[in-house]
Amino acid sequence: MVKIKELESIKIKNLEKQYPFILSFFQDNKLDVEEYEEYTLKEYLNHFTEEEIEEWAIDVEKIKLDLESYINQMIEFLGLEKDTVDSISIIAGKDKHGNKENFEELTINKSEIVSIVGPTGAGKSRLLADIEWAANKDTPTERVILVNGKIPDKSLRFSTSNKLVAQLSQNMNFIMDLTVREFLELHAKSRMIDNEEEVIKKIIEAANELAGEKFDLDTQVTGLSGGQSRALMIADTAILSTSPIVLIDEIENAGIDRKRALNLLVNEEKIVLMATHDPSLTLMADKRIVIKNGGIHKVIDTGAEEKGILKELEKMDDIINTMRANLRKGEVLKNK
Amino acid sequence: MNLVTVSGPPSSGKTSVILKTIEAIKKRGLSVGVVKFDCLYTDDDKLYEKAGVPVRKGLSGALCPDHYFASNIEEVVKWGNKKNLDLLITESAGLCNRCSPYLKGIQSICVIDNLSGINTPKKIGPMLKTADIIVITKGDIVSQAEREVFGSKVNSVNPQAVTIHVNGLTGQGAFEFSTLLYDEDENIETVNNRQLKFPMPSALCSYCLGETRIGEEYQMGNVRKMELSDKNG
Repeated sequence: MVKIKELESIKIKNLEKQYPFILSFFQDNKLDVEEYEEYTLKEYLNHFTEEEIEEWAIDVEKIKLDLESYINQMIEFLGLEKDTVDSISIIAGKDKHGNKENFEELTINKSEIVSIVGPTGAGKSRLLADIEWAANKDTPTERVILVNGKIPDKSLRFSTSNKLVAQLSQNMNFIMDLTVREFLELHAKSRMIDNEEEVIKKIIEAANELAGEKFDLDTQVTGLSGGQSRALMIADTAILSTSPIVLIDEIENAGIDRKRALNLLVNEEKIVLMATHDPSLTLMADKRIVIKNGGIHKVIDTGAEEKGILKELEKMDDIINTMRANLRKGEVLKNK
Repeated sequence: MNLVTVSGPPSSGKTSVILKTIEAIKKRGLSVGVVKFDCLYTDDDKLYEKAGVPVRKGLSGALCPDHYFASNIEEVVKWGNKKNLDLLITESAGLCNRCSPYLKGIQSICVIDNLSGINTPKKIGPMLKTADIIVITKGDIVSQAEREVFGSKVNSVNPQAVTIHVNGLTGQGAFEFSTLLYDEDENIETVNNRQLKFPMPSALCSYCLGETRIGEEYQMGNVRKMELSDKNG
């Protein structure tokens, strides 16, 4: 572990060389080091006048402790040979009325899709929170969540860089007013990946495969259509997010190829959980969880018969999509 | 009694988060009360009442709300003890982003929302930087990427804090947050002689005292001028 005492005697310019990520710490904390490259950290931190300290609400002792934590977190984050998450298991707890859930243990492997069905308010949020928190009989449902068959370390709960679950929902919007390129760069920077350009290219290509209408890197994210936004969010989450589990809350059947979207997540080895009321999406999953009264009521495998029905549903979806596209082109629909 | 101070920008979701969290705490058989500090107006006390939570509100009116907090907190703590609360939560809106009502040794929580933009962590001073726990809200309506970027910005201005995501509408995360709030071994009977975590800005110019006229001759006390000239002459 790096100690602040050791850092204090190092020159700013050398600190930047040794820990390049320190720049974002300086920037985000409004510490202007530009003209102080030759100062040691200690000299720099001591150079503020009384007035500056009051004026800019600087707390030197706090900065020191923060910097120490930040550097150590980053070293851990970057150096970490990330333990890949191959599976998660849910061990039954109880429902709102205290009845034991109707299953023993459900294991979901990477690249597997499980849908979640049940009335609104039945307990989907609780299930998700249990997974995100890696519950260990310490939540209202008393479920236990295992990662790779084991109880995960508690530190997972508070880690900002290693969150278990990434979420995608119909209500999500882009709020930053940036181009697609700037947006992806920002995300890539926060992840500190090396091959930024390459990854951005991969994401935009993947997004365009999903979106009904193409868009490019210079489009403003706030100007994307609903389908395009969804496509970009899914591609970005699949490729750039560290979270091994992706929770999808409904994908509307317009302007986006849902089957491809799921395939992309599966190909990126995500564990996909999908809350939905849509029959095609439900059946695209390998299994589904039925939620009732706050608990898991049933776990159903999608059988051959249902897969057959899915084919029929997909045909219907196709018909509707073709009609939508034709109407938009200005055509008049005809009976066959 | 335990004391927890919650603050955060207006409309960041403080009340929703606290209400959802109280639901979870009550299930542990603990009694919780809230004192809401605001400036000109608040109706949040009604929301707490509706949820059966003992509540008091204080409007600072013409005073800075955080200064008002500092001069009332001891009485507030007394009130909480008189009510035999296990946990007293104070809630106050940070208005100028410079103040914070946190006291040393008292758990301090900053609520901040994803919608406020990724530069916000940089703009908020001690209220965010000296918090022990940072609750990030409204994650359900922004993209995963923005959530991740926002989280990493928050982390870089306060790496020592615990960051937790709570959805004030569905309550997702509120139970988890509630587990961080109560410590059996702690008992706050008074906050007399405790210190603020960070001094509030020095003020007292003629406008603090009610001056309304614009012009150099009316400016007295702590006055400072902007640098507007071009730097290169």
